[in-house]
Amino acid sequence: MAKTVKILEVKGLRTSFFTDEGEVKAVDGVDFSLERGKTIGIVGESGSGKSITSLSILRLIEESTGRIVGGEIMFKGENLLQKSKKQMMAIRGNNISMIFQEPMTSLNPTLTCGEQIAESIRIHQKANRKEAWVKAVDMLRHVGIPSPEKRAKQYPFELSGGMRQRVMIAIALACNPELLIADEPTTALDVTIQAQILELIKKLQEEMGTSLMIITHDLGVVAEMCDKVAVMYCGKVVEYADVKTIFTNPKHPYTVGLLNSVPKHDQDYEGDLAVIPGAVPSPFNLPQGCRFAPRCPHARGICREELPELLDSADGDQVRCWIYSEKWEKQEEEVR
Amino acid sequence: MNMFVFILRRLFQTIPVMIGVTLAVFLMMHLIPGDAAKIMAGENANPDQIEQMRENLGLNDPLHIQYLRFVTNAVQGDLGNSIRTSRPVTEEIFSSRFAITVQLALIGTAAAVLLGLVAGIISATRKYSAADVGIMLVALLGLSLPNFWLGIMLIYLFSVNLGWLPVAGWGTWEHMILPAITLGTGGAAIIARMTRSSMLEVLNQDFIRTAYAKGVSDKVVIYKHALRNALIPVVTVVGLQFGGLLGGAVITETVFAINGLGRLIIDSIRAHDFPMVQGTILVCAVLFVLVNFLVDITYRLINKRIDLN
Ligand SMILES: Nc1ncnc2c1ncn2[C@@H]1O[C@H](COP(=O)(O)OP(=O)(O)OP(=O)(O)O)[C@@H](O)[C@H]1O
Ligand code: SF4
Ligand SMILES: [Mg+2]
Repeated sequence: MAKTVKILEVKGLRTSFFTDEGEVKAVDGVDFSLERGKTIGIVGESGSGKSITSLSILRLIEESTGRIVGGEIMFKGENLLQKSKKQMMAIRGNNISMIFQEPMTSLNPTLTCGEQIAESIRIHQKANRKEAWVKAVDMLRHVGIPSPEKRAKQYPFELSGGMRQRVMIAIALACNPELLIADEPTTALDVTIQAQILELIKKLQEEMGTSLMIITHDLGVVAEMCDKVAVMYCGKVVEYADVKTIFTNPKHPYTVGLLNSVPKHDQDYEGDLAVIPGAVPSPFNLPQGCRFAPRCPHARGICREELPELLDSADGDQVRCWIYSEKWEKQEEEVR
Repeated sequence: MNMFVFILRRLFQTIPVMIGVTLAVFLMMHLIPGDAAKIMAGENANPDQIEQMRENLGLNDPLHIQYLRFVTNAVQGDLGNSIRTSRPVTEEIFSSRFAITVQLALIGTAAAVLLGLVAGIISATRKYSAADVGIMLVALLGLSLPNFWLGIMLIYLFSVNLGWLPVAGWGTWEHMILPAITLGTGGAAIIARMTRSSMLEVLNQDFIRTAYAKGVSDKVVIYKHALRNALIPVVTVVGLQFGGLLGGAVITETVFAINGLGRLIIDSIRAHDFPMVQGTILVCAVLFVLVNFLVDITYRLINKRIDLN
């Protein structure tokens, strides 16, 4: 069996914020990997650490109050956490690019769209001002913006949200990156525009052979775009599997809960949508054992005492739940 | 394209301000106690001579006629003659004093902007560090020091004790240093605080993260992406500072014995030289309005997002 090349391998990643109230372990043991040219989806409720995971990969956390406190981020076999600041700068926007959720605020209001695309080209490629501009206009055309010459000279406020997200995509793909990270790229957009933007990302990904890491709330997007899925809960990956497995044979009770909360086409979902009961625990008051225990319908004694390990299954999938360990059968079943 | 319309509209808006300014200056001179005709006619004038002078000056005409005459003359560059020197007021103002005061205000503003920006940027980029705390303390001090006291202390230290700089006067660059610092300190403090808070706000915004994600260096993020946006509110403050410095110049010129407009106003008030006081104040007011006009245009230029309404 030919060993497939892993473009990205995140191992035991931990990122914390040190606030006045104490340490917030926003990312606390995240493991997943991505093969070249493939797409991984990161899903999970709000606050589960999806954005912080993606910002950690580009080491953009260091520009804020957070710190990466452990783990490895292997990109093409090299640990990004051991790169110097300068080396990281050369990687950002060049080998790894990122698109953010908020197209309205993610562009600099005082620079034209063309300038913002050209800047990336000038940083990473030997291009003079004029060449970079020509390329920037090309990129705008590439992402489907009509009359790109004119649009390039406009400021972000002159563009609609969908157009701005296209500009963001143009910036991200300007230097033909090997990995594109898209953090909820369509959440802030109208439904019709959402579909167009996803379509565009998919099309460009196929054209350019880019590997894609997409963060989303929307399991429909996952089904549409992804090969692999990592499900996150309270800063941890609780299940990592093939997209097919996730939808047909989910292992982790949390994944099952997420799937049940999605309206299905063949189901009359007027009001009888199953929502996972309970709420995400506060980062300052996490349960001692499995973090999902207070909300889990299957929880037993061990769940509340010990944190489950990440268990590998034969097909390379991973799940963090006691049910799949040998210890489980020794546990008393609880009456609920 | 829109810029032209904006400038025209803004120019139009200065008209009522100008009318207000001239009216205020005119009324001030007519309402304060003291009889201009009496003073101009001289110490030993008899009532007839005073009456003659009053007639000559047009002081017997109704107020609105006098005002119209004042404005018509002023527009043509005639602000009357000085009582003290008998020379035309405009000549007294524009021969050298105007240039000196504008120079002083410009240098003061430059000092304020330079010191304020550098301090503000250092503070913002090293939030809560010793440098930040130190700068903000000094800024607080700079805000609360009165100009005359600071000026005198600076003269005492650098001119009298150390002998590095001249005590007073105007002409060489050495003369300009202490007045510029005296005049610029308050502004520098305001600009430093403004720059710091504005920078901190901008540095937290999403597009800064986008810039970092593109591989932009710290320096470029700060000076290109952040500063550009942070300067928008600062420009207004700088403009207002410059206007305020014209007022501060009165005190600074007095402390450093500089023959500018400020001293001219003081000396003219002492001598009851009505036309001179009136003319100088009017020129200062017009200058202030003009500066604000330019500030608005600059503000608009760097922030193309501002709507015309
Ligand atoms: N600057 C910060 N200081 C302190 N805590 C933070 C900071 N940024 C994020 N966190 C914490 O990190 C956790 C994970 O945040 P993150 O933004 O990664 O969530 P997410 O999964 O992307 O959620 P969403 O779906 O809402 O975007 C949250 O609990 C949040 O409280
Ligand atoms: S470990 Fe226990 S509580 Fe956690 S998900 Fe599995 S069964 Fe539920
Ligand atoms: Mg997020």
